[in-house]
Amino acid sequence: MTAHETTPVLEVSDLHIEFDTRRGALKAIDGVSLQIAPGEILGVVGESGAGKSLTGTAITGLLETPGRISAGQIRLEGKRIDNLSQEEMRRLRGRDIGAIFQDPLTSLNPLYTIGHQLVETIRTHLPMSKKEARRRAIRMLEEVGLPAPETRIDQYPHQFSGGMRQRVVIALALCVEPRLVIADEPTTALDVSVQAQIIAVLKRLCREKGTAVMLVTHDMGVIAEAADRVAVMYAGRLAEVGPVTDVIKHAKHPYTRGLMNSIPTILNDVDRLEQIEGSMPRLASIPDGCAFNPRCPRAFSRCRTERPDLIAVENSDAACWLVEETAMTDRSPWPTSAPSPTADHRRGANA
Amino acid sequence: MNMTQEIYSASATQTRPREDVSDMPSVTPVFRIANLKRHFDVSPPLLNRLLERKERQVVKAVDGVSFDIYRGETFSLVGESGCGKSTIAKLVVGLNDTTSGNIEFEGEDIATHSRQDMDAIRHRLQMIFQDPYASLNPRWRVRNIIAEPLTVFGLLDGQKAIDERVATLLECVGLNAQDGEKYPHEFSGGQRQRISIARALASNPEFIVCDEPTSALDVSVQAQILNLMKDLQREFALTYLFISHDLSVVYHISDRIGVMYLGRLVEVGTKHELFRRPQHPYTRMLLDSIPDLKMTGRARTPVGGEVPSPLDPPSGCAFHPRCPHANARCKREAPRPLHNVERGFVACHAVEEGRLITRA
Repeated sequence: MTAHETTPVLEVSDLHIEFDTRRGALKAIDGVSLQIAPGEILGVVGESGAGKSLTGTAITGLLETPGRISAGQIRLEGKRIDNLSQEEMRRLRGRDIGAIFQDPLTSLNPLYTIGHQLVETIRTHLPMSKKEARRRAIRMLEEVGLPAPETRIDQYPHQFSGGMRQRVVIALALCVEPRLVIADEPTTALDVSVQAQIIAVLKRLCREKGTAVMLVTHDMGVIAEAADRVAVMYAGRLAEVGPVTDVIKHAKHPYTRGLMNSIPTILNDVDRLEQIEGSMPRLASIPDGCAFNPRCPRAFSRCRTERPDLIAVENSDAACWLVEETAMTDRSPWPTSAPSPTADHRRGANA
Repeated sequence: MNMTQEIYSASATQTRPREDVSDMPSVTPVFRIANLKRHFDVSPPLLNRLLERKERQVVKAVDGVSFDIYRGETFSLVGESGCGKSTIAKLVVGLNDTTSGNIEFEGEDIATHSRQDMDAIRHRLQMIFQDPYASLNPRWRVRNIIAEPLTVFGLLDGQKAIDERVATLLECVGLNAQDGEKYPHEFSGGQRQRISIARALASNPEFIVCDEPTSALDVSVQAQILNLMKDLQREFALTYLFISHDLSVVYHISDRIGVMYLGRLVEVGTKHELFRRPQHPYTRMLLDSIPDLKMTGRARTPVGGEVPSPLDPPSGCAFHPRCPHANARCKREAPRPLHNVERGFVACHAVEEGRLITRA
């Protein structure tokens, strides 16, 4: 799926973002490179403060001072967008880059009907009459699975439930068929049962329309379900990038592995969860060498002095010296034969 | 399977625990909650009601819930937002008054306790809140935050004894004794949650209500906190009432689980019973919605519909509009709990009538 020879929709190369403070510049993003192909969903995961949202913000051109891009390039379909003026960027947003944020209530204007907001967005970017735009809005609402769109289009955001609101936000982001959608924690504010619906809608529409998606989340469950590839971030850098199954089942970076093992599972009973000791370093005190080395169970001398870049290994890339030393020979210990409890009961339900 | 048609009655005496359970932490319930109700009046103001003829409106946040919590176990409540799980948490520790029903704490009904009576037992019940950024006073030093229960309940005399106790508590939760001098903003989310736990432990409680203690935390930090909570439970023989919407977390930490839907418990069972042999269609639906993290190839079935408004809950079984097994009776009549498993029950017409086969 990733072996497209076509131009990627999004290409971020060696992005650096700094915050100027009185005590000097803080490096928040330190050399991040990403690519997303048409129709591909790239999941970006990491703990809070890892820089995943900041990367998304930089791509949409919404970075606020004192944050600034200090080096690197962002290209949308081969065209540089990181050096555009605010006005040019404003035209690009909505038209070519759509955005979905965490809280659906704050991304909708409470004073206008959702129809008004959809029609406004469509007409800002596409030459359409009000009637045509309204028809398109209704079709869009239908596509995101909003029941009775003809009547609900004239309702206000507060008349919708959380899940329905997020559907409206997705419709709003996709209504002019942008090339790229940045979805920043789109399901975090929703219940698990509704989460699955929203992910399914997002996934289906992006497949159909060939939209590239950058899905920023801290929820590995969402990633496992929606993403084609995953980028794991740690302290402003990429720790690992690879196809979703490889990253989840055969993580190459000890951080990814620790992250995966720390998630409780219903597949087996464990008394204690595996935990990564300590916490992510603050931006002002990122350790020398690999930023993860003080917490890494397998760190050796080189990790403390030299910073690893992404190194290709099998289908993934991992920024870890272990990969180069080929010391990581053991495969991740996922139980593959454990029966799924839900498969059990499903049989019962049908019996 | 043994489909004992043991129809539940609202009186607390009929929910006696069975004595033949061996793998349970204990046979004595610490809490016995019977037919607990909490209704909130959300009517428009009197004038609007008179002039605009608006009706009185009552949200039945908790509407007739009964369950027991046994000594040393972790009992969890799960459900979607708005199902009433946090309201129960507040009722149990006395932060909210009940509308009706009983909350028996070691044989004493605390639902009708006056403030003074409550004060006498309050130090035995503690609570850990969801948001470690909001639950710690930003202007207080950590040592004062942790010492507050000690001074309020008058448990220790003298600054020296209090300081020593605070230092022990900080070390207990994996922080340094010197951290007491700092302010909450100097700590990360996970460390703040450790401080909340230390504060909860200060008064030597037997019972702690944990209301979504890890949902504001990253997974790696969540693992640390969950491990800590398990260690402390063993060390201090604590009983937990754990509230969460994350089923994987609940599976990990619980002994028994209650599933709530719109103010009612639809199913209660041991975690293995509930996860391996879920009976209620809603429980099955929730389990199906757990993300398939280990990529076992299990398709996650998107759940149809959303939770209806608690202002206007559906008739009969509140779940019937979303239930694939609903029939006319489900629309008409609320199901009564069927005690067909050890220390648990299910409230579903389809299960009771045998329309929905559960395997023994």
